Amino acid sequence: MKITSPLTDEVIATLHAGDRVEISGTIYVARDAAHKRLVETLDRGEKLPVDLTGQIVYYMGPSPTKPGNVIGSAGPTTSGRMDRYAPRLMEIGLKGMIGKGLRAQPVKDAIKKYKTVYFAATGGAAALIAQRIKKAQVMAYEELGAEALQKLEVEDFPVIVVNDMYGGDAYEDGKKQYARK
Amino acid sequence: MREIQASQITETVARLAVEANHFLGDDVVAALRKAREIEESPQGKDVLAQLLKNVDIAKEGSFPLCQDTGVAVVSVELGQELHIAGGGLNEAIHAGVRKGYTEGFLRKSMVGQPFSKRVNSKDNTPAMIHTEIVPGDKLHLTIMPKGGGCENMSALGMLKPADGRQGVIDFVTNVIDKAGSNPCPPTIVGVGIGGSADQAMWLAKKSLLRPVGQPNPEEEYSSLEKDLLEKINNLGIGPMGLGGRITSLAVHVLVAPCHIASMPVGVNVQCHSARYKEATL
Repeated sequence: MKITSPLTDEVIATLHAGDRVEISGTIYVARDAAHKRLVETLDRGEKLPVDLTGQIVYYMGPSPTKPGNVIGSAGPTTSGRMDRYAPRLMEIGLKGMIGKGLRAQPVKDAIKKYKTVYFAATGGAAALIAQRIKKAQVMAYEELGAEALQKLEVEDFPVIVVNDMYGGDAYEDGKKQYARK
Repeated sequence: MREIQASQITETVARLAVEANHFLGDDVVAALRKAREIEESPQGKDVLAQLLKNVDIAKEGSFPLCQDTGVAVVSVELGQELHIAGGGLNEAIHAGVRKGYTEGFLRKSMVGQPFSKRVNSKDNTPAMIHTEIVPGDKLHLTIMPKGGGCENMSALGMLKPADGRQGVIDFVTNVIDKAGSNPCPPTIVGVGIGGSADQAMWLAKKSLLRPVGQPNPEEEYSSLEKDLLEKINNLGIGPMGLGGRITSLAVHVLVAPCHIASMPVGVNVQCHSARYKEATL
């Protein structure tokens, strides 16, 4: 299935755990340090450097860009480290997250409550994934280097729906199907 | 006494850092190919095909295998009859990491302090250096760029001697079960049994420097590796945790003598981007 980002409620409603999706459009990049700053900004009652309403955040910290390329290698990082911040961002309108790995229960609850979606990209397929990124621009926190907040334009960016708004969980389903005694 | 220059060490470490991040070992590639054949889950097969494509792109030299080009874990075997001239061993290694990661466009992932001063050192130093003095007049260097995602799944169990073999199997399997999709399966699981707490953890990591497909030379431990691998792959976690037959490509066990009261078990998980390169000077 091909979808575009920013996401609409109608599109999110069609997504189910286990679906293979290709995303085109705008996605934002933020990992540990940027998330900490975003949430601290909200806590102070200030405006975020970018409007995340309807947007997707990709948990990623690229390798440096070689001359002539758009970006360096750009695979997902472990999402669980952003669990502490994710519900707060969904509360202000974030609609999608891309990463890899397990989410904590409060994040899964927030996905249902705010009708959002968590996608997994293939961890370690970073050179391959970079080919789907057409533009990259640092939007804030440049001094964080690989952890800066970036805006990407992507084309057919391949992901799998892990947690959908209905409570579906592709990790749990997959494991149940293939576990043996 | 044989002599080498510290600058040779720096150049070698810099070269190995770049090579390790672009060229996955033939043993791991072969294991991924075999996994793609065996894997029953269509999504798992697709993930493995993507990883093999990724290996080919990284080889061309423009993009490293993974954006997480790791902490530079450097294992050193220093012959006691070798003299290093023109600088210190550790400083030469750090300088090599600095050079390789900077000139090679590799990601700098080290912060100087763990809490409020989490400031990036901007050159990926310091390296994590493990030095062993050995007979001879050679210097053997191995660099293993170790990603944070898989390293975070490490665990130490101070088991009781009475827990025995089954206790080890239960402990390790539980660690991998809990890690789920986090460490980028299919993984290689390093297990260090015996020694002290710190030694068991190092053995677990050091075991990852053995080629995939080469079992522990002692039958007791190679059979433990086999049984652990079967248990782990029966968890059903599969490639990238989406369900499947192949959760790990291999389990590597290393053992050491320990106290009569102890049975430490260290677990160090390596992602499918199981990178390391070595050289002898």
